[in-house]
Amino acid sequence: MTTFRVPGRGRVLHNRPVSFTFDGMTYQGLEGDTVASALIANGVQLMGRSFKYHRPRGPMAAGSEEPNALIGTRRGKGRFEPNTRATVQEIWNGLETNSQNKYPSLKFDVGAINDRAYMLFSAGFYYKTFMWPRSFWDKYYEPFIRAAAGLGVSPSEPDPDNYASRYLHTDVLIIGAGPAGLASARAAATAGLRVTLVDENSEPGGTLLSEPQAQIDGKPAWDWLSAELDALTDLGVRIMTRTTAIGYYHQNMIALCQKLADHQEKPAEGAPRERMWRVRAKQVILAQGALEKPLVFDGNDRPGVMLAGSAQTYLNRYGVRVGNKAVIVTSHDSAWYAAFDLASAGTQIEAIVDTRPTPNADLIKEAAARGITVLPGHTATGTSGRLRIKSVRVNKVENGKVLTARNISCDSLLICGGWTPTLHLFSHTKGSLKWDDESQTFLPDRITEECQIAGAGRGLWGIASALNDGAVMGAAAATALGKSATAQTVTVTDDRPGTGESHTELPTDLDPGKARAFVDYQNDVTAKDLRLAVREGMRSIEHVKRYTTNGMATDQGKMSNINGLNIAADALGKKQPEVGLTTFRPPYTPTSFGAFAGYHKGEHFEVTRKTPIDSWAEENGAVFEPVSLWRRAWYFPKDGEDMDAAVRRECRETRKSLGMFDASTLGKIEVVGPDAVEFMNRMYTNPWTKLAPGRTRYGLLLGDDGFIRDDGVIGRLSDDRFHITTTTGGAARVLNMMEDYLQTEWPDLKVWLTSTTEQWSTIALNGPNARNLIEPFVEGLDISDAAFPHMSIAECTFAGFPARLFRVSFTGELGFEINVPARHGRALWEKLFDAGQKYDICTYGTETMHVLRAEKGFIIVGQDTDGTVTPYDAGAGWAIGKNKPDFVGMRALNRPDLTAEGRKQLVGLLTEDGTSKLEEGAQIVLDPNQPIPMKMVGHVTSSYHSDAAGRPIALALVEGGHGKTGDTVYIPMPDRTIKATITGTTFYDPEGARLKL
Amino acid sequence: MLLVHCPYCDETLPELEFTYGGEAHIARPENPADKTDDEWRDFLFIRTNVKGPHFERWRHAHGCGRFFNAVRDTVSDRFLTTYKADAPRPDLAVLLADASMKEPSK
Ligand SMILES: [Zn+2]
Repeated sequence: MTTFRVPGRGRVLHNRPVSFTFDGMTYQGLEGDTVASALIANGVQLMGRSFKYHRPRGPMAAGSEEPNALIGTRRGKGRFEPNTRATVQEIWNGLETNSQNKYPSLKFDVGAINDRAYMLFSAGFYYKTFMWPRSFWDKYYEPFIRAAAGLGVSPSEPDPDNYASRYLHTDVLIIGAGPAGLASARAAATAGLRVTLVDENSEPGGTLLSEPQAQIDGKPAWDWLSAELDALTDLGVRIMTRTTAIGYYHQNMIALCQKLADHQEKPAEGAPRERMWRVRAKQVILAQGALEKPLVFDGNDRPGVMLAGSAQTYLNRYGVRVGNKAVIVTSHDSAWYAAFDLASAGTQIEAIVDTRPTPNADLIKEAAARGITVLPGHTATGTSGRLRIKSVRVNKVENGKVLTARNISCDSLLICGGWTPTLHLFSHTKGSLKWDDESQTFLPDRITEECQIAGAGRGLWGIASALNDGAVMGAAAATALGKSATAQTVTVTDDRPGTGESHTELPTDLDPGKARAFVDYQNDVTAKDLRLAVREGMRSIEHVKRYTTNGMATDQGKMSNINGLNIAADALGKKQPEVGLTTFRPPYTPTSFGAFAGYHKGEHFEVTRKTPIDSWAEENGAVFEPVSLWRRAWYFPKDGEDMDAAVRRECRETRKSLGMFDASTLGKIEVVGPDAVEFMNRMYTNPWTKLAPGRTRYGLLLGDDGFIRDDGVIGRLSDDRFHITTTTGGAARVLNMMEDYLQTEWPDLKVWLTSTTEQWSTIALNGPNARNLIEPFVEGLDISDAAFPHMSIAECTFAGFPARLFRVSFTGELGFEINVPARHGRALWEKLFDAGQKYDICTYGTETMHVLRAEKGFIIVGQDTDGTVTPYDAGAGWAIGKNKPDFVGMRALNRPDLTAEGRKQLVGLLTEDGTSKLEEGAQIVLDPNQPIPMKMVGHVTSSYHSDAAGRPIALALVEGGHGKTGDTVYIPMPDRTIKATITGTTFYDPEGARLKL
Repeated sequence: MLLVHCPYCDETLPELEFTYGGEAHIARPENPADKTDDEWRDFLFIRTNVKGPHFERWRHAHGCGRFFNAVRDTVSDRFLTTYKADAPRPDLAVLLADASMKEPSK
């Protein structure tokens, strides 16, 4: 079937074939394969096109750090994911995958013209090319950038999958289940701690999976691994695979994204696709190992070029030879072992090219024994091959001089420029790094969290070091938690620790200005780009990064950061630690939005608060609108009515006879205590001392900056008890503000504040028949106009329910608001609705409420005010208790900018034609003929059609508006300019006669 | 997500339960009417905006509801201490010395 599969090799199941498609072609792989390993087994190296130059690319790596082999995966409708790394996606029967960034096909792509024009696309080309002329923006530059921006194609359908989230508390969280992590887990769990061990791979083992030759305590690595996993399970260690630690947050909170379904042929119906874990760990052990670096030279990106360690993983873990004829170019010992393993498996090793003049003698001896040509002290200076590498050009370097080139033909080029400890999560903690000259990389320095770093993460190479250091760190974590623990030591034979050296670009005999020597594969950043950025004045590594985009792709520079730093430091003539490293930020690998959203989608996106009367509204055909977290009945359409018709009818019927409105969402705060009246005097602008029990007053609340924060009718029930109402959206904010003043400024006041919003159902009845309807229901209270005038409050029994009855009006009609314990709300509503039939009662929603109040000029805080409006601006100066010594906001009202001329003031607006309804938010100008940009003097805050006024009405904030009554202003709209007259804010019954029934 | 110690509940709880309340130890003047415009401006708007240990208010909004004070380093986002609203402003030097003792070892 395949040329490159090695029978019996690896951890894949050779008797379990799996078929999947890539770009419409069906391929066979094995259970346990990734898309990348299965394609390589089929001889396919070309898996994608690069971002900027559309260069043909194949996988560089075998893990999550892969920059090139990004694919789209599909599982039926809605289940499409772009930019999946082929090296991570496991295959299953029927999986559909596609390459990206190509047109019309992967093998022939017209975008590759960019590659020929590469001189135009150098560092900072966006900043240079798209500067001028300005007129080119709309037609050329923006479409070009939009077409070129981004990798892959966004999914276009809603994601039908479920995502879960969970919290976990654990004593020790170990990130990475390679040898260091396994040993840490053993030490910590043996000490009696709750241990969680996570790994992003499909199975634990890390390096052990790629190095089966090692013998641990006399056992072959894989046998040892299997026994060790059993032992850890017996010790109660929670082992989570396919689980990526994406971010390390304060105080040892780690976010884990666990993939549950993407590897399965048939995930359980409704089961979550991914689960986000928020883990709080007492101790964290970072055992994330190290990532291999490429070498930087011309043509180091052709399909068939791969990291040597990854080739070793493909062979040993997946049973796949990456090629038939391989050349190794390395500066580190580790790649030699890849060569030896591949040679044993039948790949012809054409040469091992080592940049070091005198590589390790044992390795040279082993190569000689295998008949492999070794070229020490050499450099690589180019490659050939369009869709797959055909040859590599190498030269001997002597005394800094690059000598004559020779070409070696090959179908695989395995490169290794050393290893970089994986310290992304450590960097999230703001732990500091220290440059290590010997290993030519950054190692962890100052630790800021309760965390240990084990193994290759702190520069210790080889399985023995990782195991022994892991045990030490596991014991250290246990000790930190007050447990006694000992670190077991193990003996490893056939281990492969090694050393190497680090490079900038490799030396070349050719023009380095023409070299396509890639540093960041995913963003197509070359060594030349980095040097150009420095030449053009970028000094900080953060600037170099942004100018070139090095390390800014979805792989976050996992392969490119240190090479990029080496080159930038060289160009700057500085040492690496003086240049510094850019900041790694979460997530460690790309993470789906679904995992972040978790359960917060659809109806669960946020809480929907419903009043006790909401169900009646729903049953009776109400249309709802969201108001802060509440859903409120917006209007109640009758057969065939649109919103406009329904609202006009509701307004008419309410003013004519009787309307009923669910006002339960009004915020309510009970203010109780011997100092309640003093507290009210200090909080609200109004005077409260003389307000008698049984009376209510419109209250205005400011911030200490003098601007309106909230308003509402407030009733005094007794000397020491007030019933405050607030705006629907403001209730929590107002209570917080009151608590703030009470607790921190006036702790001496004896006052208790209680939120009672949800204790009461509030039904507002408005209209000439309001009293006629409720009178029969009221027990023990005379509600005649004389005994219970406008702005009264009383406790009574209403329809058998205990109630607080307000006589109050937000419509200008005779009005009552009945508060009953919330559980009786719907029953009372139904009683009133039934009894109201003889008055043609109409139920109305928030829209009609808005129209009716606007007709009377009553403001809505947050709609007619915007946080910069004082009571005077709003025309509510009458609500200020001018004789009070102080209230919140009083002092600020005398500040010069609040008393200045020309402040925006609330006015009424009537359009001159008497028919045009203004748009809320529309800007207002004084002179429509002035040049653009015009001087805008205000905006429309509320606008409705008003049957009561017989025309559209509007409220607006206009500079100096109170002095402009009768003036004409203009509202420019896209299609015409509307002329309007400034008026007072009361459009209906200005004398208030209708209240006096 | 931070863990915050509520000095009233005497519990260390997730940040989700708390809301931030701006800079601490800015008392509302006793008699605002006596203050000049500049003094009132400073009370309203002028804050230290420090890079480093910052005295600030928090409220255990989804718990006991109490406002309390805290010292948090705005660089490391780490709490040095929290204390009750009526407690005196702690000595920063002492706090910093304590904090450096508590640093994770190594
Ligand atoms: Zn508390």
